[in-house]
Amino acid sequence: MARLIQVRNLQASIAGKPILMGLDLDIPVGQIHALMGPNGSGKSTLANVLMGHPAYTVTGGTITLDGEDFLALTPDERSRKGVFLAFQYPVEIPGVTVGKFLKRAAEIRLDGKGMDVTGFIRRLRQAMDFMEIDQAFINRYLNQGFSGGEKKRMEILQMLILEPSFAVLDETDSGLDIDALKVVAKGVNRLRGEGFGALIITHYQRILTHIVPDFVHIMYKGRIVTSGGKDLVETLENRGYDWIRSEYGIEEDVHEVASAGNR
Amino acid sequence: MKSQAPATVDIGEYQHGFHFPDESVFKTRKGLDEEVVNAISHAKGEPEWMRQFRLRSLRAFQKKSMPNWGADLSDINFDELYYYAKPTDEQKKSWDDVPAYIKETFERIGIPEAERKFLAGVGAQYDSEVVYHSIKEDLAKKGVIFTDPETAVREHPDIVKQYFGTVIPYLDNKFAALNSAVWSGGSFVYVPKGVKVDVPLQAYFRINARSFGQFERTLIIADEGSFVHYIEGCTAPIYATESLHSAVVEIIALPGSRVRYTTIQNWSNDVYNLVTKRAMAYKDATVEWVDGNIGSKRTMKYPSIYLMGEGAHGEVLSIAFAGKGQEQDTGGKAVHAASHTSSIITAKSISRAGGVASYRGLLKVNEGLHDVRSRVVCDALILDERSRSNTYPYMEINSDRVSIEHEARVSKISEEQLFYLQSRGMSEQEASLMIVNGFLDPLVKQLPMEYAVELNRLIELEMAGTVG
Repeated sequence: MARLIQVRNLQASIAGKPILMGLDLDIPVGQIHALMGPNGSGKSTLANVLMGHPAYTVTGGTITLDGEDFLALTPDERSRKGVFLAFQYPVEIPGVTVGKFLKRAAEIRLDGKGMDVTGFIRRLRQAMDFMEIDQAFINRYLNQGFSGGEKKRMEILQMLILEPSFAVLDETDSGLDIDALKVVAKGVNRLRGEGFGALIITHYQRILTHIVPDFVHIMYKGRIVTSGGKDLVETLENRGYDWIRSEYGIEEDVHEVASAGNR
Repeated sequence: MKSQAPATVDIGEYQHGFHFPDESVFKTRKGLDEEVVNAISHAKGEPEWMRQFRLRSLRAFQKKSMPNWGADLSDINFDELYYYAKPTDEQKKSWDDVPAYIKETFERIGIPEAERKFLAGVGAQYDSEVVYHSIKEDLAKKGVIFTDPETAVREHPDIVKQYFGTVIPYLDNKFAALNSAVWSGGSFVYVPKGVKVDVPLQAYFRINARSFGQFERTLIIADEGSFVHYIEGCTAPIYATESLHSAVVEIIALPGSRVRYTTIQNWSNDVYNLVTKRAMAYKDATVEWVDGNIGSKRTMKYPSIYLMGEGAHGEVLSIAFAGKGQEQDTGGKAVHAASHTSSIITAKSISRAGGVASYRGLLKVNEGLHDVRSRVVCDALILDERSRSNTYPYMEINSDRVSIEHEARVSKISEEQLFYLQSRGMSEQEASLMIVNGFLDPLVKQLPMEYAVELNRLIELEMAGTVG
């Protein structure tokens, strides 16, 4: 059976505030799904809930991986099942070098099968070249003093090293210039194939011209309101998010979403 | 396939908390008075001047009041402690002569391994007496003296009389007075002019008798232009009654010399660790204290450097880990008594499981000086809501032409950091440990590799107790 993440009627809240309002989504391995939507629609919440962020409470619904309960797992167990989250805001870990951190993460991914350290270092160096990250970053402390673009490239580098079955990219494109965006897209496209599924969360269409999605979902107010092929991106580009609001929202919601976007 | 959590070290109790039957040959009775001090002096066969010094110190101890600041010491009952125990009759020269039970203790704390690797000389303290002592021949040829202070009193009285108690007078504080009255064991190091000791000298200390205070005394004299790195490591077994460790360490760094003193202490959780450490750095001399404190019930320790001559430089690196029921009151002092001097104090503390880590430091610049530079950085990491961190940085700056920097940061392990590392497959415990090790990394890099490994392992053991 091909691997599959299945989200059913998912409801989640943070600090008592409901964000996800019954969300359904299937991500089979081998497919790239894009998730778009205006600010405040709950896209990042979905990313965090998928990875098991402790600040979010799942109040209803299910997530399964290959038919097994996924919500019962801790974040590290989820990672060990081959699920990866590229963070929107990667945190700094002072004193822990990129090299040491990645070696340990890769070791865990091997699940006790034993690591060829020389081979790992070679692979890491190649991946860094591919992601256009200076080799000196191996000895830098993780994300500390990195620019926004460096942090995002570091996330994709980690993804290349860990070779997950499923990756969730939480607005990895935001704040990137076009060159950095191309590098990030190159990294994702490298893994693209039968053994890799991804959910690309984005506010903008731009990244989807470099990573062409198999399916596109539009999220609004905690639900997926419409899904389609890559043509949906163009529709959205031509008509803007106002189209979603008028199609799927009511008057007072428009006001609410607008103020959320201004925060 | 079911994924597996990484193997963690689960210690139900303090790992170094084993102890062997108390086979002390001679032990003074409980409590402290002139008779006990005389008995100690007599047992050591000391000259009269040292006995008189002890008696003067005893009177100072009796008069001085307990410090009214710092850690809570109200539980110490001086009348319930033993002040001297002598485990074997003879000073042992070679490893083969060391009694089997003592060897076993040493093996469990890893001395033979350490020796094989890079020891120049070993002064290993078991209870009060140094039972095993060896000095590599090349050191002896260079004229380096590395021995216990009792031997130094007998064989090198002129040097001892010149320097003993000059950096830390017996009147300095109650615990310095106590140590001066009942001191036993420790190290005496003299490095002659121009001699560079290129391998660290190290000594292990260990308390083994119940309710027994250990009062070792260390005196290091680096003559002009010399260099020495002295390393002290401690492990102690666990006991129900309180133990008192009150050491005095004096360093004299004569012009142009450099002394580095590294300590990693891991007392068991019932030990009061009250230590006075002070160094004099003369013209163009450098003194560095590296001081790691893990374990103990209460620690009060502030390695100090008096910068006495132009060009002198002092550094203190302090690492403290306060766990359950522990209070680490540590830091450093730099006193600038000459122009063109510099000092750096870097302190890192971690508190968890209700532990309290306090940084206490003094930076003093005397009047009429110029071109004095100092930098004080304290970083605290708090691992949970129950634990605390305090900072008490005192400064007395009496000159204008000085450059002083002070930074203090307190941080908590954030949920975001833990989640980030967990999302890469690390368990919560491993993620915490990685953050803690990262926090200490800039300091751990300063340690000799073997000690860096030991410190990381001790922290791992401490952290293993966090979950559950």
